[in-house]
Amino acid sequence: MTGVVVTGLGVVAPTGSGADQFWAATLAGDSGVRPISRFDPAGYPVREAGEVREFDPTGLIDPRVVVQTDLWTQFALVATRQALDAAGLDPAAHDPFDIGVTTSASSGGNAFGQREIQALWAQGPRFVGPYQSIAWFYAASTGQISIAHNLRGPCAVLSTESAGGLDAVAHARTAIRGGCRVQVCGGTEAPVSPYALTCQLPSGLLAETGGYRPFARDAGGYLPGEGGAVLVLEDDEHAARRGAPALARVAGHAATFAGGDDWALSTEALTAAIRLALADAGVPAREVDVVFADAMGVPGADAAEVAALAATVGAVPVTAPKAGLGRAYSGTGALDVATAALALATGRIPPTPGVTGADLDHDLDLVTGRARDVPLRHALLLARGFGGFTSALVLSSPAHTDN
Amino acid sequence: MSRRVAVTGIGAVAPGGIGVKAFWELLTLGRTATRGITLFDPTGFRSRIAAECDFDPIAEGLREQDTHRVDRHVQLGLVATREAVEDAGLDTAGADPWRTAVSMGTAVGSTTLLEDEYVVVSGGGRDWLVDPALAHPHLYPALVPSTLAAEVATACGARGAVMTVSTGCTSGLDAVGHGAALIEDGRADVVVTGAAEAPISPITVACFDAIKATSTRNDEPERASRPFDATRDGFVLGEGAAVLVLEELEHARRRGATVYCEIGGFATFGNAYHMTGLTTEGVEMARAITAALDHAHANPDEVGYVNAHGSSTKQNDRHETAAVKRSLGGHARATPMSSIKSMIGHSLGAIGSLELVACVLAMDRGVLPPTANYTHPDPDCDLDYVPNQARETATDLVLSVGSGFGGFQSAVVLDAAGRRGRS
Repeated sequence: MTGVVVTGLGVVAPTGSGADQFWAATLAGDSGVRPISRFDPAGYPVREAGEVREFDPTGLIDPRVVVQTDLWTQFALVATRQALDAAGLDPAAHDPFDIGVTTSASSGGNAFGQREIQALWAQGPRFVGPYQSIAWFYAASTGQISIAHNLRGPCAVLSTESAGGLDAVAHARTAIRGGCRVQVCGGTEAPVSPYALTCQLPSGLLAETGGYRPFARDAGGYLPGEGGAVLVLEDDEHAARRGAPALARVAGHAATFAGGDDWALSTEALTAAIRLALADAGVPAREVDVVFADAMGVPGADAAEVAALAATVGAVPVTAPKAGLGRAYSGTGALDVATAALALATGRIPPTPGVTGADLDHDLDLVTGRARDVPLRHALLLARGFGGFTSALVLSSPAHTDN
Repeated sequence: MSRRVAVTGIGAVAPGGIGVKAFWELLTLGRTATRGITLFDPTGFRSRIAAECDFDPIAEGLREQDTHRVDRHVQLGLVATREAVEDAGLDTAGADPWRTAVSMGTAVGSTTLLEDEYVVVSGGGRDWLVDPALAHPHLYPALVPSTLAAEVATACGARGAVMTVSTGCTSGLDAVGHGAALIEDGRADVVVTGAAEAPISPITVACFDAIKATSTRNDEPERASRPFDATRDGFVLGEGAAVLVLEELEHARRRGATVYCEIGGFATFGNAYHMTGLTTEGVEMARAITAALDHAHANPDEVGYVNAHGSSTKQNDRHETAAVKRSLGGHARATPMSSIKSMIGHSLGAIGSLELVACVLAMDRGVLPPTANYTHPDPDCDLDYVPNQARETATDLVLSVGSGFGGFQSAVVLDAAGRRGRS
């Protein structure tokens, strides 16, 4: 079966944009969670988020495209540019049908959409602008990435809430196994706008006080985050032929469904997904050297995840860098894939910001405080999405591609 | 040898009638279900027509709480799911839940509920800083389009891979194509797949007004959707849902299920051209057709019917005609091709799945649905569009194509059960 490798990545995150800045901040355990600045959150019970501050698309995105896109698509376009550059891939030098695009989407063009609905209701139908039809819907980022780089291969958009980032990468791998040579894939989100935050509140999963502290004794939910990541995936032959080094190999994946929103009951679906993903990768559980946890920060959900790990991979270092980013929904899994790829390439496990060993409520080897240096063969990434979506992805070090 | 994908159940909720029987009756009679908008007051809008479902959720078996809990598109989807699952006999067959997957398409998700609730929390739409204390208790599921798949999966007890596919107006084809791939790859034995959309709300009508994509034939709504006709002036927004139960062929045979047909092939490409514009050549759609036929091990001259995207916009119908000629070559002129959007409008993400159900029935019944309102030939659209009247024609290989905002170009090939065994 065709091997699929990550040859480039791009990141737009609260702790930094670009792989270098992001990776340095992630290793240092920096947190980008701050009081919300995009609007006055005084009337909201949740007033902190991981915002991408100082984001300026000028010079990075065609100005005509900036006016027709929401922030989530601009994040995706900037991350795509970084990823293609990092992979050393000039799409113009390839058959456009050999390169496709797969993104995950979870809430679309929030601020853009709110502005246009407001124009409609405050002023009337003729005040709705021509770009509402292409900025708000969930396919906007895939479409704009495809157009920006003339990518005409198989294009897709998946929506599995916070599991979407992992599922999009897995879908891209499937597309490559089906004959597409390269996929630009990942996910971004921009959920910090007045109406989008209002929509998130009734889920009951957001932390109103105390911050986002997964696996901690006082865990009380997560905080939303902005940004995401885009990866260049290609078949290993294609990468080798053009001399592009692989950061990691996408070795295995499985998705299951937990069947409801009671996260305390998600152990079974997680356990099944982990076993299926390891089997798909041909990786024995004992060779998993690090887990990038879903780490919802909701006590029952955290306990269910710890139980699933105990039943499958046992005592393994676990980390949740997303605690310093906020949960960027469809971007969150993509950020984990980018982070895990960098970890595998460097042999460094980044810590979980904001949580110390003394805070832990579980029997778990959570990497906290500072990065841990250890040779890494395989990383297991877990993600869950509201409603019951459950996803497990196995990434392998390029040095361990023969399993 | 790749595993084969059988269609063993179908369900539909469409303008003009709930259920597969009413849907097929409307299509074969060539009746149009387009009318003046009743779901909200369209005064002041440029296009004031739509193809609406006369849908009473309680009469269709949903619980009162569901009508408050989830957006209309999910309600339509749940009703179509129930029909398809019963039709397949899956409700009693006891399929392995961990080998049962769900792949559902929607282009705009819960837009209608999101807009309604925005009006509530924003002082009638005036305040940028809305009042979160007024938030609807089920507003979060409305924000995320994944809710459609989650609800369908919960309703049928699926524990395998579950996903919503949201590729604009090709969502309904792509969801089924990706769903079929789960069976081919061995990741599932049963896939409940399809699409749902309920976009007839002020913001969606206004956004298509803004780009003049929809028809303004407001005084003749029943004649407004006129694919391939020279006097067409845009699409007519629709709503609905359709669901297909897909099953690994041997799995279906082992339990003695009725097999309608097989999903022979699927392909999708981006045109990387424009978010809403289409080229005149249709190269990418032609490529999708060719790749889907290759996937089905079929030659272009074996295609017996093309279910067109046929949206009734100037550019689409020309683009698509060119794409079919480019991919089917000389056989294009001999191939009947019709657009059911002439009768049930364009329900964005849902229409692809409704069209696939129409294809399943066309092959099963040996009747091709017509293109209604076809009266003025367009020199740029010169194929056999099955004008106005259904046609009795036996086919064992049909093609359904779609095209959407964002540049998506998709094609699905359905073939009669066992056709490949014979050839």
